[in-house]
Amino acid sequence: MVGLLQRMGASTLASLGTLGRATLFLLRVIRGLGELVRRPHLLVQELYSVGVLTLVIIVVSGLFVGMVLALQGYYTLVDFGAEQSLGVLVALSLTRELGPVVTALLFAGRAGSALTAEIGLMKATEQLAGMEMMAVDPERRIIAPRLVAALISLPLLAMIFILLGIGGAYVVGTSLLGVDGGSFWSQMQAQVSFTDDVLNGLIKSVLFGLAAGWIAVFNGYDCLPTSHGVSRATTRTVVVTSLVVLGLDFVLTALMFD
Amino acid sequence: MENSRSMELVVGAFVAAGLAALFVLAMQVSNITAFQRTDGYTVEAYFQNVGGLRDRAPVRMGGVPIGRVSGITLDPARFEARVELTIDARYDDLPSDTAASIRTSGLLGEQYVSLQPGGMPDSLEDGDELMLTQSALVLEDLVSQFLYNQSGDGGDGGGGSE
Repeated sequence: MVGLLQRMGASTLASLGTLGRATLFLLRVIRGLGELVRRPHLLVQELYSVGVLTLVIIVVSGLFVGMVLALQGYYTLVDFGAEQSLGVLVALSLTRELGPVVTALLFAGRAGSALTAEIGLMKATEQLAGMEMMAVDPERRIIAPRLVAALISLPLLAMIFILLGIGGAYVVGTSLLGVDGGSFWSQMQAQVSFTDDVLNGLIKSVLFGLAAGWIAVFNGYDCLPTSHGVSRATTRTVVVTSLVVLGLDFVLTALMFD
Repeated sequence: MENSRSMELVVGAFVAAGLAALFVLAMQVSNITAFQRTDGYTVEAYFQNVGGLRDRAPVRMGGVPIGRVSGITLDPARFEARVELTIDARYDDLPSDTAASIRTSGLLGEQYVSLQPGGMPDSLEDGDELMLTQSALVLEDLVSQFLYNQSGDGGDGGGGSE
């Protein structure tokens, strides 16, 4: 009984300590952002590996998510004779929820894990310590560009995801299900608001980008410098990012839409 | 050098594609153009019941959208719903005795405000009130009225609906 209490207390203290380290780490990285202005090529390189290389999975899943939404939505709506509202259904679910959330989950799997593994391996092979020896601050040189790249990439990827999803739904809806294309767009335009729906989705994806990038680089930076430690950190990145994104999404939805 | 140049190009294309997607979402998917169109005038109408009418619902005359509902509040003195209608400046010559009614497009579609022109020579101005209004049809009221009439008619034959 005492042992159980001890272990619970120890794990609580450990996770509080991790949260504190992560926050201090984020503050140090933010303080070091000035370096990026002087060396923009660092950011371009990371935008390539974090953003462009994630594009394929985003494009394919966006199209398919939109197509499946169109099929499922149609079969529900047609019972009420409201199949003309298919565009509204697809556009609202994509801009408000599915776009930012699914993009963030895919991003955690594709880019977040890669970031953690890369930084963790740098730590395990003592490249980060070597940089410090040469008076190069790894937080400015390695961490900051990756965090900013995640922050920029995720909103862009989410917008591409949403647009392709709506495009996929349009193709399936008009060619396969026989929904009128004109009312697909006109009802969508009448019901989807730029500030309430598109902009809130964008804000969500920016926050998810910050969360995903932060968790990924911190887990890499904080991992045990062994092969086992790197693999655990990579797994933890994907799990924690997914949970944080889903939890954060609930809070943001409750705040944004009433 | 060659490699980093092509990488810059690809990253530039990616950022441009993302921004273009946002732009298309703004222009094509959402109603940002309708949002910007604030050049219109606002009239108000009081309804006993607005039913399911919502903000930004269309205002139509003869089936043509000519404006939007810009606000629905309860008037604390009259206990009626005060609905503000913003009408496009192009239609600035509506008769002052225009009547407003709340209709539903289709059986289960969205609700909108339908305007029927009157015959007065002077036209509606900003801030005017539409005097002739007709509330939304509430389905529950209709059903209960129907059932009430039914049981009244069939009173001797064993009251069908009860």
